[in-house]
Amino acid sequence: MKIIKTIGLFAIVFITMASIKNNELASGYDIGDIATDFSLKNVDGEMVSLSNYKDAKGFLIIFTCNTCPYAVAYEDRIILLDKKYKEMGVPVIAINPNNPDVKPGDSFDKMKIRAKEKRFTFPYLLDEGQKIYPQYGASKTPHIYLLEKTKKGNIVKYIGAIDDNYQDESKVEDKYVENAVDAMLAGEEIEVTKTRAIGCSIKV
Amino acid sequence: MRQLVVLIFLVALFLTSCISKNTKEVPLGESMNTKVAKDISVDFPIYDFSGLEPLLNKKDDKTYIVNFWATWCKPCIEEVPDFEKTYAEQKDNNVEMFLVSLDMPSMWEKRLVPFVKEKNLKGEVVILDDPKMNEWIPKIDANWEGGIPATLIYNKEKRIFYSHGFTYEELNAELDKFLNK
Repeated sequence: MKIIKTIGLFAIVFITMASIKNNELASGYDIGDIATDFSLKNVDGEMVSLSNYKDAKGFLIIFTCNTCPYAVAYEDRIILLDKKYKEMGVPVIAINPNNPDVKPGDSFDKMKIRAKEKRFTFPYLLDEGQKIYPQYGASKTPHIYLLEKTKKGNIVKYIGAIDDNYQDESKVEDKYVENAVDAMLAGEEIEVTKTRAIGCSIKV
Repeated sequence: MRQLVVLIFLVALFLTSCISKNTKEVPLGESMNTKVAKDISVDFPIYDFSGLEPLLNKKDDKTYIVNFWATWCKPCIEEVPDFEKTYAEQKDNNVEMFLVSLDMPSMWEKRLVPFVKEKNLKGEVVILDDPKMNEWIPKIDANWEGGIPATLIYNKEKRIFYSHGFTYEELNAELDKFLNK
């Protein structure tokens, strides 16, 4: 009898574990969800939260890093996005989701160096303890979330890639992020709300 | 009480098994230039997605392992030796393997060719060079977000896509599902 009980217990534990694991995999935001705010350290030493931006209409949250070739390929375009949309009330907030212990090239000190070299015009935050990226459901770098600030909170409007050609900016046909921000600011429906791209899996 | 001990043990076991799957990573020193001309001579076939597609849909009696990787992806190159080992062992069981490189053109000569040579890879290396990722990624698997490593195993009866890395044991366990009916 005791054995049966123990076996039953085993089964329950495993099933529970399996379902927790699956839920974790499926977690992360979908379009229309309210995104969490955070307080993360910027390369200038200051803490940054979305609530600091009183006049913002939205945010481009970009999970990126120093070391992924795709992220590097998009750096200049991220700077241009910030320059263009910050003035319109939608600043870029870059977050490095990688664990610096397993990816030394993405340490806080290396982030400072990269931000300086490239003259980032936007905050570049470290997701210390890797608490934020799983809530968003970011799986790779670069991975972009467009948020619209509303009275209810910051609503997810777009998830995915910056555009449709990482290799050659001059051959880009669809500027997914720009189209999404433009539509959001104009109060129109965003046509493409989710896109996919090859990227570097986030290092845990 | 005893059950509680068993429970705690199981939870601990589960947690450690999760942690051990996390791949260690060392930095990729080199930054890159993606705007290199494509008239580079490499011995591997260079496909866009329509060129690659037939390799993902063969209807013969073989089982195909299709691994998506790149030399800049540390977890990918860590699992390549395991894939090679499995391939060497299972080749006679009607198994074929494609190693689909997602390296950028600027890396083909500098990194991809030397890597394949150094490791003496036996799987068939092909290059997928198609920037229209949002179009082809969902055609490979509807749920794939685009992170690598990723692997497709298929034969004419069965097809499973895995958007994660494999250990040698895990790969063999999955491959067995295709070989032992």
